Amino acid sequence: MIKVYVPRDSTALSLGADKTAAAIVAEAQKRNIQIELIRNGSRGLFWLEPFVEVATEKGRVAFAPVQPKDVPGLFDADFLHSGAHPLYLGLTEELSWLKKQQRLTFARVGITDPVSLQDYIAHDGYKGLANALNMSGADIVKVVTDSGLRGRGGAAFPTGIKWNTVLNAPAEQKYIVCNADEGDSGTYSDRMVMEDDPYVLIEGMTIAGVAVGATQGYIYLRSEYPHALKVLNEAIEKATQAGYLGDNICGSGKAFHLEVRRAAGAYVCGEETSLLESLEGKRGLVRFKPPLPAIEGLFGKPTVVNNVISLATIPIILDKGAQFYADYGMGRSRGTLPIQLAGNLKQGGLVELAFGATLRELLYDFGGGSATGKPIRAVQVGGPLGAYLPESQFDTPLDYEEFSKIWAVLGHGGIVAFDETVDMAKMARYAFEFCAIESCGKCTPCRIGSTRGVEVMDKIAASKQENPSSHAKHIQLVRDLSDTMLNGSLCALGGMTPYPVLSALNHFPEDFGLNKKEVAA
Amino acid sequence: MTTVLTSQENARIDACIEAHRKMPGALLPVLHAIQNDLGYVPEEAYPQIAHALALSVAEVHGVVTFYHHFRRHPVGKHVLQICRAESCQAMGAEKLEAHVKSALGIDYHQTTADGAITLEPVYCLGNCACSPAVLMDEELYGRVDSQKIEAIIHEARVSA
Ligand SMILES: Cc1cc2nc3c(=O)[nH]c(=O)nc-3n(C[C@H](O)[C@H](O)[C@H](O)COP(=O)(O)O)c2cc1C
Ligand code: SF4
Ligand code: FES
Repeated sequence: MIKVYVPRDSTALSLGADKTAAAIVAEAQKRNIQIELIRNGSRGLFWLEPFVEVATEKGRVAFAPVQPKDVPGLFDADFLHSGAHPLYLGLTEELSWLKKQQRLTFARVGITDPVSLQDYIAHDGYKGLANALNMSGADIVKVVTDSGLRGRGGAAFPTGIKWNTVLNAPAEQKYIVCNADEGDSGTYSDRMVMEDDPYVLIEGMTIAGVAVGATQGYIYLRSEYPHALKVLNEAIEKATQAGYLGDNICGSGKAFHLEVRRAAGAYVCGEETSLLESLEGKRGLVRFKPPLPAIEGLFGKPTVVNNVISLATIPIILDKGAQFYADYGMGRSRGTLPIQLAGNLKQGGLVELAFGATLRELLYDFGGGSATGKPIRAVQVGGPLGAYLPESQFDTPLDYEEFSKIWAVLGHGGIVAFDETVDMAKMARYAFEFCAIESCGKCTPCRIGSTRGVEVMDKIAASKQENPSSHAKHIQLVRDLSDTMLNGSLCALGGMTPYPVLSALNHFPEDFGLNKKEVAA
Repeated sequence: MTTVLTSQENARIDACIEAHRKMPGALLPVLHAIQNDLGYVPEEAYPQIAHALALSVAEVHGVVTFYHHFRRHPVGKHVLQICRAESCQAMGAEKLEAHVKSALGIDYHQTTADGAITLEPVYCLGNCACSPAVLMDEELYGRVDSQKIEAIIHEARVSA
């Protein structure tokens, strides 16, 4: 029977994948053709969703984007046997957009049926865990340390060092907490892993549990991700039934239990200590550190808190070894980064590459330039707390240290492009506004400063034309407020809101009613 | 706006509490269950929740109000969330937002007079490669323009 693939990833669904799938099934029935429909994850070429594939002897071939109205024509053209059709794209694996990538964490994404455990295992799943179960906790931690993996949630802290602290913290109960709050705008790689390859996250968390001696894991999931919730729960249930989770994982005598907990729409709860408060059933107020969560985390017990991508990268490291992973990347940024292309780009989607590619390659080679066809004027990298970069910085390689040299961050790897119609003063205002909406309220600079920031930005918009002397004062006030927030905030919400604000002001002064020289001075 | 809960609603709230009270850190799961069932978390339920979880009413109130997701008042039959975050702004979310507000005749956090649709802002739906994005109940949409949103709203209204 011919296999036809129609993705079930949220983005594909948001563009009508369910209707396309139903149309294909109905048309096949009408024509008395037997097909096997598989709802796979997305390959990540989101501008081409719904992205339909047909299995052939030579490999899977793609037709995209397929709307229900295209379906009868596809059957007429005999697309099940690679018949000629305007939507035909050839072999999926040969598409240069995919071929140029280095998919390690995303190796299976878009290829397998996300909830099929057999499919997962047939595509190298659970090999990492098999190795880990034959190793000591310290040896597993060493592999993770040697791989050079740094946390992909934003702070880029070495994962192995964090695990080592938890390993060496004596306690009856320890926890693995997966940070799946993915609050950063412009990012969706966590969502894709959870919807399109959930077992890789489950396996990664299980390995973490085995490594540090934790028997309970929690996935703290954004409330805005209803599809991910369903897929994760189904996968956890199947993994439990098959003995990959539970009291005796794979007959090893070791226990690991996993549960998904829904977040409740507070951005700050992506901050790890706020997240722990939330998991404990409290308001998500950020905790003072120390103590580190690794020492006193969830319910006061030693806890590993890691991002989805960090954890989902563990299985391939344990499968192929530390060196295999460390061989990718540049400088102190080892391995690969799943980059998410978003905003005003012709070809938005998921690009996993070794660290070191430039922003320009991503925006133009992969992104295909702006969707509107106008020049790309500004790019925000790393979510709502990330800096805005002008064209002159597009040659910066994606590397944690290179980005920090230009006062920018890679964060969770989201890239949001804006064309020349963007008003950067408005974006600066929005950054303050977002901070004001999401502040946990614990520190004054963040709570009050952000609200003041919105007010001042409104005054700047008004005084731009009319009143030069008060205008200069308002600009100075933005700088002073930013300074106070940078230095007086407990967490990065208040502490990094100045990144988008000041980068907008410094790189795009004309939008604030200044000329370039005034700012350079 | 206090309403008196029916005995049936009270029983449903009790069932939600009962199903989750034994979990470690049970408050959020309990609140989610109640909101899933009733569409919001009624203030009148705070004492029940507090009692079951050995918390104070003030603590329950503090948690419900801290999180944007929890609603304290009944909502319309459908909830439409429009993404206001950067990627969607880069693709015209502001225009879309203005269009929806005027088409429905309401602002954020309000419900249309016929009780059909409640409008909420949201900050990223993870659909940023196909901005602007909206979520109607649990149905996600991408590359939404004025025409598409009209169709989405219409579909929700007729299904109500
Ligand atoms: C305001 C704020 C929001 C954050 N949101 C997230 C998030 O949504 N997901 C995430 O993984 N990390 C987020 N972080 C970073 C976490 O605090 C923490 O560094 C991370 O979960 C650690 O995991 P990693 O080492 O695997 O990156 C956020 C931090 C701050 C200050
Ligand atoms: S910086 Fe803002 S969000 Fe962070 S702890 Fe302080 S008040 Fe809370
Ligand atoms: S910014 Fe709108 S969906 Fe992500």
